Amino acid sequence: MEKEKFLEVRNLKVVYQTDAATVHAVNHISFSLARGETLGLVGETGAGKTTTALSILRLLPERTARIQEGEILFEGNSLLPLSEAEMRKIRGEKISMIFQDPMTALNPVIPVGRQIAESLILHNEQGLSRDAIEELVEKSLEMVGIPASRKGEYPHQFSGGMKQRVVIAIALACNPDLLIADEPTTALDVTIQAQVLRMMKDLRERLGTAMIMITHDLGIVAQICDYVGVMYAGEIVEYGRMEDIFDAPRHHPYTLGLFGSIPDLESDARRLTPIEGLTPDPSNLPSGCKFSPRCPQCRDVCRQKAPDIWQNGQHRIACHLYSGKEAQT
Amino acid sequence: MTRYVLKRLLLTIPVLLGTIFLVFTIMSLTPGDPGTLILGATAKAEDIAKLNAEFGYDQPFFARFFNYVGDIVLHFDFGESYRTRAPVFDEILARFPNTLRLALLSMVISSAIGTFLGIYSAVKQYSFVDSFMTVMAMVFACMPGFWLGLMLMLLFAVRLQWLPVSGLENWQSYILPVVTSVLSGAAGTLRLTRSTMLETIRQDYIRTARAKGASERTVIWRHAFKNALLPVITSWGMGFGASLGGTIIIETVFAIPGLGTLIVTAIRQKDVPTVLACTLFLSVMFCLIMLVVDILYAFIDPRVKAKMK
Repeated sequence: MEKEKFLEVRNLKVVYQTDAATVHAVNHISFSLARGETLGLVGETGAGKTTTALSILRLLPERTARIQEGEILFEGNSLLPLSEAEMRKIRGEKISMIFQDPMTALNPVIPVGRQIAESLILHNEQGLSRDAIEELVEKSLEMVGIPASRKGEYPHQFSGGMKQRVVIAIALACNPDLLIADEPTTALDVTIQAQVLRMMKDLRERLGTAMIMITHDLGIVAQICDYVGVMYAGEIVEYGRMEDIFDAPRHHPYTLGLFGSIPDLESDARRLTPIEGLTPDPSNLPSGCKFSPRCPQCRDVCRQKAPDIWQNGQHRIACHLYSGKEAQT
Repeated sequence: MTRYVLKRLLLTIPVLLGTIFLVFTIMSLTPGDPGTLILGATAKAEDIAKLNAEFGYDQPFFARFFNYVGDIVLHFDFGESYRTRAPVFDEILARFPNTLRLALLSMVISSAIGTFLGIYSAVKQYSFVDSFMTVMAMVFACMPGFWLGLMLMLLFAVRLQWLPVSGLENWQSYILPVVTSVLSGAAGTLRLTRSTMLETIRQDYIRTARAKGASERTVIWRHAFKNALLPVITSWGMGFGASLGGTIIIETVFAIPGLGTLIVTAIRQKDVPTVLACTLFLSVMFCLIMLVVDILYAFIDPRVKAKMK
């Protein structure tokens, strides 16, 4: 079953080059996304999730980051060769991004209404009048549950959850086709998290926006995603439909580790079973399978050779445990 | 806002009192009395004592201090010069416009140049232009003003004879003194603007602006500049203070009839009322400028405005 490919990332490799070291942030990852679908990218801090997202928008730090290999296709067109001016037309209008920390993502000296209006003005192809834009600003504020009368207020007058709503309103102002949400709820407390998530889900359903949800919270993935990519040390170690990740019998040991790290109400375990060790230093990655030093099922071959990909339908796992084995059904 | 301004104006009073007290104390600790100063060491002792009594110099320190402050507050009387026996205030008033003009010109030009080049440097970080300006800023910031003034004078006034050597006869005579103080002033502003700007363009909200599809120019001027401006404005104000102080050197080098030269001659002749009044004048100017800076803050940053109650 070949999906209609709306966004396709092929073999992407990103490094950060500094004087001291070369940091391998993203190593040959590939995934694709169809219109209206949501992909969750899960993984620990430093797994390369945000780098992947910034690569799609071509917003990586100019001086240090380099996309070494790979291709990013959006609606069939490659994004990497585009000029800065062409890229600007895509940013905000076709692809927009919700950033991780709402406390710092808003400009403190510009009223929130103006910050929402800015993307509308920048992508104003229909030639909307000033009043029409103001009306749209008010509408998008109300859409995220903020009274339109507060559009003249500054970010410091809003609470954290409200700020994140403003950030979401900015990202959705131009009805983008693709929304990248980079840990949109991490900085919020749990009750607000639930509100924001529900709101994003509603909006996605209403607007038909495709979404990449970057998170390290498997609960969020379960709530909102159609597909999941589990990232480790810049690679997607397991990929599949949400059911594949949560219900299928075979998993990458890292995915199992992630699940072992969240409390389960039904089991009697008194302690969580976290993954031992730390994520590898991305400037000095281990050879073979990158997870091998921390893997409870590590064998000799894991340290020598990078694993092949085991595939069952859309479920893909990069692990030696399953190499050569037939797909179970 | 009005309340804030009034509060700040009231707060300048203790600052000014402190300044007067400090200068008054220092001047009292130096040897010599007005009688001897005016009549000379060979005059008769009773004449000197009589003159000292006339100036109130025979009274104890605190009595003299409170008389001085009282005269200013009650009669707006800054005393008379030991040297000319004329009211100090008149002399200051005659010379003050020259100093103010110089300081304002230097401040405006050096702030504008420093800020603009600082932003350019930050945007083009690590480029040749950036390194070049860093080096130049270092050189001019380190160069003593009097030396730079003399060298400029030597080159443009003496050798090339393009500009007048000294005095303030026409607009050309402003060029060398202003350039002298602009070069070092702009260097400081440039360094500060560059570093705050570099810090600002790494902020998350700048990335948000880029993610909206804003052009580089919009990002720099609309989003980054206003945020980077706060410390930079402070440096403008400090620059004004520095050029008020710097005029003492620059006015001496270029023989400009301003407060700077007045205060230097007055110190040399131990003309206490003149020194005190000049210092007071400069402090008032500085306090007012810093108040203006703080009010500008409120217009730039809504968070500051919210606190100004």
